[in-house]
Amino acid sequence: MAVYNLTINGKKQQVDVDPDTPMLWVLRDHINLVGTKYGCGIGQCGACTVHLDGNAVRSCSLTVDKVKDQKITTIEGLSANGDHPLQEAWIAHDVPQCGYCQAGQVMNAASLLSNNSNPSDEEIAGAMNGNICRCGTYTRIKAAIKTAATKMG
Amino acid sequence: MTLIKTSYNRRSFLKTSTVAGGGFVLGFSWLASCQTADPVKEAIVKAMPKEWFDINAFLKIGDTGIVTIMSPNPEIGQNVKTAMPMIVAEELDVAWEDVVVEQAGLDTDKYTRQLAGGSQSIRQGWQGLRMAGATARRMLLEATAKKWEVAVDELTTDAGIIYHKASGKKIGYGEIAAAANGMTVPEEIALKDPKDFKIIGTDRKNVDGQKIVTGQSLFGMDIQEEGMKIAMIVHPPAFGMKLKSFDGEAIKSMPGISDVFSINTKPEGVKLQWSDQGNVYPELVAIVGETTWQVMKAKKALTVNWVPGSKAESSADHEAALTKFMAQAPKEVARKDGDPTAAFNVATKIVERTYSAPFLAHNTMEPMNFYANVTADKAELNGPIQTPQFARPTAAALLGMTEDQVSIGMTRMGGGFGRRLYGNFVMEAALISKQANAPVKLVYTREDDMTQGTYRPAYKVTYRAALDADNNMTAFHVRGAGTHGSPVFADRFPAGAVDNYLAENHTKESNISTGAWRAPRSNFIACAEQCFLDEVAKEAGKDPIDFRLGLFERAASNPVGEKNDYDAERYAGVLKLIKDKANWNGASANGVHRGVSAYFCHNSYVAQVVDVVMEDNQPKVSKVHCAVDCGIVINPLSAKNQIEGGIIDGIGHAMFSGMTFQNGKPDQENFDTYRLIRHAEAPAEIETHFVDNGIDPTGLGEPSLPPIAAAVANAIAAATGERLYSQPFIANKQILG
Repeated sequence: MAVYNLTINGKKQQVDVDPDTPMLWVLRDHINLVGTKYGCGIGQCGACTVHLDGNAVRSCSLTVDKVKDQKITTIEGLSANGDHPLQEAWIAHDVPQCGYCQAGQVMNAASLLSNNSNPSDEEIAGAMNGNICRCGTYTRIKAAIKTAATKMG
Repeated sequence: MTLIKTSYNRRSFLKTSTVAGGGFVLGFSWLASCQTADPVKEAIVKAMPKEWFDINAFLKIGDTGIVTIMSPNPEIGQNVKTAMPMIVAEELDVAWEDVVVEQAGLDTDKYTRQLAGGSQSIRQGWQGLRMAGATARRMLLEATAKKWEVAVDELTTDAGIIYHKASGKKIGYGEIAAAANGMTVPEEIALKDPKDFKIIGTDRKNVDGQKIVTGQSLFGMDIQEEGMKIAMIVHPPAFGMKLKSFDGEAIKSMPGISDVFSINTKPEGVKLQWSDQGNVYPELVAIVGETTWQVMKAKKALTVNWVPGSKAESSADHEAALTKFMAQAPKEVARKDGDPTAAFNVATKIVERTYSAPFLAHNTMEPMNFYANVTADKAELNGPIQTPQFARPTAAALLGMTEDQVSIGMTRMGGGFGRRLYGNFVMEAALISKQANAPVKLVYTREDDMTQGTYRPAYKVTYRAALDADNNMTAFHVRGAGTHGSPVFADRFPAGAVDNYLAENHTKESNISTGAWRAPRSNFIACAEQCFLDEVAKEAGKDPIDFRLGLFERAASNPVGEKNDYDAERYAGVLKLIKDKANWNGASANGVHRGVSAYFCHNSYVAQVVDVVMEDNQPKVSKVHCAVDCGIVINPLSAKNQIEGGIIDGIGHAMFSGMTFQNGKPDQENFDTYRLIRHAEAPAEIETHFVDNGIDPTGLGEPSLPPIAAAVANAIAAATGERLYSQPFIANKQILG
């Protein structure tokens, strides 16, 4: 066990965990931020996507000792009031079915749009290909990303 | 997320009307979703009732006119949590904006069929939900009539307000709810004419949408309770193996680990339900500890000795057994019309094809999990389960309790697809909590989830069709086989449309457990049947849609046999609609190749046309056209989402997915080896058309899945000339992403 000082959603957090603990479980079990989901544990499904200094990473494959002073943002911290253009677009297109993968999809899409403000269909498919939706909401996710991109201009 | 202070007084939820109960829970849960920045929600919060009045099991009306409607059925992503309350709200005649939806827990006194399965929630809930709304409205009207001393039929309602036209009086539901509460429930009630629907048939957003996109706690996996421990199970590594011994002491010293023991979810003498049948690993090792990661590490470090209990089966064995069945007539036929043998003997041409598909895992994105807090006199269970009413009797029997000592709460489910019909994980959580003497959340790893069984069975089917000199189909023969049962529905199309018809079934016993997987049996047989009919049409020199329409015409005008379980006119209706909407007879765009498919299941009819283009010599689905007859559509916005999801799901599993086994051990354990469809492989566009016929609603969550694989395969055949017979159609060459 070791003590780590982390910055999560702009807030300082201190946790005492094993160095090999994935950030996924630090967030869910120790900080009670359960929006970040467990899907596969091996970086194949994207349900656990968070931002590390603004870039999408799979928190199941990021151990707490590697974080150091890099800032972590989770779905709970993506916007102050749940009104990030992507969150609004997800509602406008009524994207979720079961909803379990959607936080990861939104976080991955947010990282995409911060790097590419006007992605093509192919660029969206390429960037989002690591995020599985078992319900098959892919066409709506694509439409929602395009709506958000237009809004963010 | 910020909680706000409002005019609402927490104690007001404890102060209930004479028959009210549970008001506190309802209000509190709803308030948790409110945020100060949203002016609309702020306004609603200001209107938060001080008192709630129970009208019936489905709804409560607050003194400000806000209405809480209970959603009785489990939510697995099929969106009944929005659709079922919409039906109540329609008949109650209240504004949807004034409705707060709450998930009910298991309560067999109040509700019937609290089950998510067979696409039946709306179909079977339809009348009851309408009645709940209509009787409540009637009671409000009667209370008002009494108050104003006027006749009930002089009163009208609109959006939660009662009007008396003659006197110009009006009163809100919230103001009269106290008087309506406790009134006699009318014995008869008039339901609305569907043409007067204001909510049903309109687009309404998912009631949990905002919570989902902001990451709030909704799922069983998200449950956190005071003193709760994390539990995991270790099951045998291969089907056919069973537990011999384990070295619990070696991992007990690991950080956070408190307990290691074995459990048995099927001890002798415990009465089982059908929902317990999927579980072939009743004896497991349980590990209990403080945090998920600590328990995961201990699980990896645990040494367990397994011994053979039954035969170790491999996929090659299944393939050989199913292939053998294709050459054997079973002792009994499932259905026989006319004289198939004679018809085949005189046929001008016989078309014969064999189709197969592997086992499939459900792979809900949220792995199996459940919360259990078992104490001496009660068991509190909560989590994702499609069959709570069947889980409870087994849990009670296992724990040595009566059913009323066991409560089951229902969380939103991160997917069901049939897997959560089988509640072995509920029993495991309950037994672990009891033994550990602590509240626990049982969590499956993805590997546990994928290798535990309850799969879609492996299937094989051979079709034969006889054509006469005029290319009429004179005989049809289907012989199906599968692990734990055949995929053939003997009384479905084309039964009824062919004079000479024979359906036969074989069953391969197996120790690999199977269960219902989204659109059971149909998920395979629709693809096989619709691929085959496409080839028969081609052999007969007929357009594939016209060929099918000819068969439906026969089945409608002069059906063969009396047990045909479909409506030939509705079946033909979706084909005609998609023929028109996809402009089937028109010139298709350059380079677009098309395939068609149609199927009936879960009381609904679906026809699909798929457009395929070739990109870098690979077929790509560019567009799917889909026609659906599911009767009245409650919520078109989410109905389309269900149809699209079923299409993408169906394409994905037929193209990419499969479970295989070597000596009982699954070859696939996680998404690096089990391929699911991803963004880049989804169709660019899906266009859905609903038949508008005013018929009572039927299934929607499953019917778009079964036919789509055939429409894709038929389009690929049109594009490449290559017919696809064996799923998955594309070998698992590479994992994307």
